[in-house]
Amino acid sequence: MNYQILILVIGAYVLVTAYLGWLGYKKTNSAADYLVGGREIHPVLMSLAYGSTFISTSAIVGFGGAAAMFGMGLLWLTVLNIFIGIFIAFVVFGKPTRRIGAQLDAHTFPELLGRRFNSRFIQGFSGSVIAALMPLYAAAVMIGGARFLEVQIGISYDLALFIFSIVVLSYVFFGGLKGVVYTDALQGTLMFAGMIILLFATYSLVGGLSSHQALTDLASKVPEKLAAAGHQGWTSMPVFGSDMWWTLVSTIVMGVGIGVLAQPQLAVRFMTVKSGKELNRAVIPGGIFILMMTGVAFVVGALTNLYFWQTQSRISLAVVMDQATGKPNIDKIIPAFINSAMPDWFGYVFMLSLIAAAMSTLSGQFHAIGTSIGRDLYQQAIANGKHQDRTVPIAKFGIFVAFVITMLLCYKLAPGIVAIATALYFGMCAAVFLPAFVSALFWKSATKAGVITGMLSGFFSWGLWVLFFHEKESAALGLVKAVFGKASLVSGTTWAVVDPIIIALPISAIVTVAVSLSTKSYEANNKIK
Amino acid sequence: MFGFGDFWVAAAYFLSIFSTVLCVFYGIRYWNKDEAIPPAVHPPDENLDFEDTI
Repeated sequence: MNYQILILVIGAYVLVTAYLGWLGYKKTNSAADYLVGGREIHPVLMSLAYGSTFISTSAIVGFGGAAAMFGMGLLWLTVLNIFIGIFIAFVVFGKPTRRIGAQLDAHTFPELLGRRFNSRFIQGFSGSVIAALMPLYAAAVMIGGARFLEVQIGISYDLALFIFSIVVLSYVFFGGLKGVVYTDALQGTLMFAGMIILLFATYSLVGGLSSHQALTDLASKVPEKLAAAGHQGWTSMPVFGSDMWWTLVSTIVMGVGIGVLAQPQLAVRFMTVKSGKELNRAVIPGGIFILMMTGVAFVVGALTNLYFWQTQSRISLAVVMDQATGKPNIDKIIPAFINSAMPDWFGYVFMLSLIAAAMSTLSGQFHAIGTSIGRDLYQQAIANGKHQDRTVPIAKFGIFVAFVITMLLCYKLAPGIVAIATALYFGMCAAVFLPAFVSALFWKSATKAGVITGMLSGFFSWGLWVLFFHEKESAALGLVKAVFGKASLVSGTTWAVVDPIIIALPISAIVTVAVSLSTKSYEANNKIK
Repeated sequence: MFGFGDFWVAAAYFLSIFSTVLCVFYGIRYWNKDEAIPPAVHPPDENLDFEDTI
């Protein structure tokens, strides 16, 4: 390892980040400046901030590793990320979010929902759900970063996690909460550059576009266990209806692809731009950015199998096999590929890209947790707008507690969990928030009662499916085993691999509509245009 | 098809590029299209001190 280059690269990054953080701090003169960037952020900065908050180490390391296992079928997630996560999100959801957010003077996602339906409960409940479950997603991002440090610098996972956590904590507490859009834009630029180099370097290593055929020809090397579960090679979808198909489509593609629409830390970005035309313009860099992040990560992830087969006569899963457990850790595939195939300097630059990706996402996550606890839960729901002096310390204490929980999860979660944990959180957001969010923006007849019952039914049906039915989580959490003596109530059936979003989102939507149609709407709804 | 093992993966590969082109086309087509924000229906937030100081 070349420590001189490493220190030089990290030093330059820290200095530029600190300068941009200071610049943002200097320009922050009001609450609106802080929470929604004064509602006049440039569209390129906004889309880079949105993209770099959306895409994290989880997407690159976790889902890149998942692509090495599932293959290029993950590109359906890229399609959804661009079409739903950018086009639909900006054009269909972004404009009314910005418009209604400004009308209601809302500064957070729960506040938008709460004020739209005139309900402190909705704001408080939304804040509680975000604060309670966001650490799962934050842990996925932290693990992704730590795994890369572990492989790239050659240190233990525990030490890598410790170093990474110190960097993150410093950033979130001292620099990350102000001027975050400027630093996000820098981080987005770094990520973009890193992924472009990775794409061209990988294709040139494995034989250009003809590598697709070479990877197709490698299908006979799929391990027997995966083939039995439906795997048909890295350039084919799994067998329709098989366990692998359900995991790929319902958990990874649908969970994240749809869940992105109701991500609190992303929805608030729509309220940062000056006008609707800024959102139209932001669609351009947004679409290109997401293609270069997820598209590249998934193509490269699948192609790592070809690279490792050509150089080591073994597929990616064999390269990251944990000798102690006898199971592969897919979170290590992308780091192992970078370490093995790329020059040292690129490894360091890519490491910065990943740290940047993690920082921008984590700052957005912990910021959302802090405002959820301090403002949405305590100030609005519990204190009814009183005791404002207590809200800041409560928010900061909440961030600290969430950080500790996140660290505990990082040590406790099983290897190879990054993509699954991320998908789980995104799915939960879809089940709980999406029908309420859609109703808030597009349905004047939606009622407070309808939205509250819809959110509650979405949350509880998601929770029940996770605890008792979806075997991957129910077996790990152990409650169903303690009560019923099984890993899942539907073990051995296809239902055991059907993701909670497939069950909970329709329930939440149906309940929202049914109760809204049978109750009276809040009169102020009619004033919102 | 283009070296891919099945139609669905090839479709995803090209649809991801097509979706990006759609984003670029839409952004250029509606570069200057704007909308006005109707007047506020909620009183200005009385609790801004929290946001100012965090």
